[in-house]
Amino acid sequence: MSTIGYDSWAVDLAEVGAVYPFQGSEGLMVVLGVAFWIGWHRIQFVREGAHLDKAKEMGDKEKISALLEKY
Amino acid sequence: MDGNLNALTTVFTEFYYWVTVVFMFLIHVGFCMYEVGASRHRNHMHTLMKNIMIIPLVTVTFFFFGWWIYWSFPNFPFFGGLNHDAGAANLPWSENMGTNLSDRITGVFWAAFLLFSWTAASIVSGAVIERIRSSALWVHAVMIGSVFWIIDAAWGWHAEGWMVKYLGYHDAYASGVIHAIAGGYALGVIMVLGPRLGKFAADGTPRDIPPHNPWMLTIGIFLIYSGFWGFYAACNIPAISPEGIGGLLTGETWTATNIYLAPTSLSAITFNFLMSLSGGLMAAYVVSKGDAFWTFSGGLAGIITASAGNDLYHPIQAMLVGAVGVVIVYKLHYWVERTFKIDDAVGAVAVHGYSGIVGLIIAGFLLWGAPSSPYEGYATVNPVGQTIGAVIMFFVLGFLPAFVISKMQAAAGVLRIPLEVELQGLDYAEHHAYEDAKAEIIAADKAALNGGGVPAE
Repeated sequence: MSTIGYDSWAVDLAEVGAVYPFQGSEGLMVVLGVAFWIGWHRIQFVREGAHLDKAKEMGDKEKISALLEKY
Repeated sequence: MDGNLNALTTVFTEFYYWVTVVFMFLIHVGFCMYEVGASRHRNHMHTLMKNIMIIPLVTVTFFFFGWWIYWSFPNFPFFGGLNHDAGAANLPWSENMGTNLSDRITGVFWAAFLLFSWTAASIVSGAVIERIRSSALWVHAVMIGSVFWIIDAAWGWHAEGWMVKYLGYHDAYASGVIHAIAGGYALGVIMVLGPRLGKFAADGTPRDIPPHNPWMLTIGIFLIYSGFWGFYAACNIPAISPEGIGGLLTGETWTATNIYLAPTSLSAITFNFLMSLSGGLMAAYVVSKGDAFWTFSGGLAGIITASAGNDLYHPIQAMLVGAVGVVIVYKLHYWVERTFKIDDAVGAVAVHGYSGIVGLIIAGFLLWGAPSSPYEGYATVNPVGQTIGAVIMFFVLGFLPAFVISKMQAAAGVLRIPLEVELQGLDYAEHHAYEDAKAEIIAADKAALNGGGVPAE
C-alpha cells in the first residue's frame, strides 16, 4: 500500500504516468488549494481595512509634516 | 567515453552540475548580504568576513576529507565498516580528484556537494552574528560543512545509506540533510553563546533588533531564492538509463532521478519549488501580519518544508505543505525565543531547522509506502523512519556536536567576544586601522575645506 500507487520501482518507466500521492483526488486538492487562495484574500481585506481604520486615527501633524519633508 | 551517446550524456551531466554550482554561488552571496543587512553598522566588515572565509575553509577541508566521508560512511559505524573501495577513489591523493580525462564527473559532483557544505555553514553563521569570535565560528564551519552534514549525507542522502535502507528515509531536496542539521547546529551554538546585548529586557521580554539595511536583506534573500534553483537541480541526476541505475527498473526509458537514483523529473521539481515558495510566502504574510522579513523567510521556509518530498508531491500538496510548515515554524520560533531566551539573529534555527523537521515528518505521511530506493530490500517511506531521521539530523548530528564544541570553546574563553568589544563594535576593534585611516582622511579633508591645511592629493 503506497500513497503514490507504487511500492517498488520494479517498473518499466515507459508505462508509468503520474506518481504523486493520492492520485484521483486532484479535484479535492484543487478545492483545498482554491480555498487557501480565496481565504488568503479574505483575511487580507479584513486585516488591511482594520489596519487603515486604526492608522487614520494615529496621525500627529508634526510627525506627518516631518515625513512629508523626508519624502 | 565510449560511443557518442555515452560521450554526450557524460558531457551534458558534467555541464549540468557545473551550472548548478554557479547558481548555488548565489546562495552564498545572498547569505552574506542578508547577514550584513541584519547586522548593525559597527559590525559590518566582521560579519561579512566571517561568512566569506567559510568559502576557503570549507572548500579545502571538503577536499581533504569531507568528500571521502560521503563515500566511505554510508553504513559506518552501525551497519558495516567503512567502504574503503568507494572512499579510496575520493581521497585527496586519488587520481580521480584532479585533472583526469577518464573521469569528468567527480570534480563537478564534488563541487555541487561542496556548495551544499557552504550553505550548511552559512546558515549557522547567520544565527551568531555580532557576538561570536570569527575563529570559533570558522571551526564550527569546518565541523558542520566538512564533517557532520556530510556524515548525514552518507547515511541519509546516498543510494546505499543505512537510513535509506533501514528507515526508508526520504529527503529528496534536503529538508533534513542540510536544513534540519544546520538549524540544529545553530541552536546548539547559540544556546552556549547567549543572546546579543540588549536582546532581552530585564524582565526577559525579547526586544526586536531591526536590520540596519532592509533592502540589503531583501536582495539577499532573493539571491538565495535564485541560488536555490541550482540547489534543487544539483540534487538530481539529470539523465540516466535503467541499466545505469542497475536496480529494479525495467525497460529502456531513461529518466532523471533524485539523489537515491529513484525516478523524478526536472519538471516535477519546478512545479513544486514554485508552489511551495508561494504557499510559504502567503502563509508567512498572514501569520506574521505582513512583516516583510518573515514573509521573505517564509518563502524559503515553505520550500524547505516541502523539499523532502518535492520529487513526488503534487504541486498543490507542495503549496499546502509549505504553508502549514511556515505557520508551525513561525509560532515555534517565538515560543522558543520567549521560553528559553534564545537569540537567533536571523531566524536560522526556525527557517532551516524547524522547517526541516516538520518537512521530514509530513513527507513520512504523504509518501507513506512509496519506495525510498530503486534497489531491492529497502524499507519504504514511513512516518516513523522520517521522524527518527529528523531527530538524527537536528539533534544527533546537529545540535549535540555544536553544543559540545561550543561548551569547549566557551570553557577555553574563545567563543564569545569581550563585552567592551561587543559594545564598541567589532569593526572598530578588529578593523581599527581602517577606521583610523578613515577618520584621519576625513579630518584632513575637513581641515582643507576650512582652509587650515593642505588638501589630500
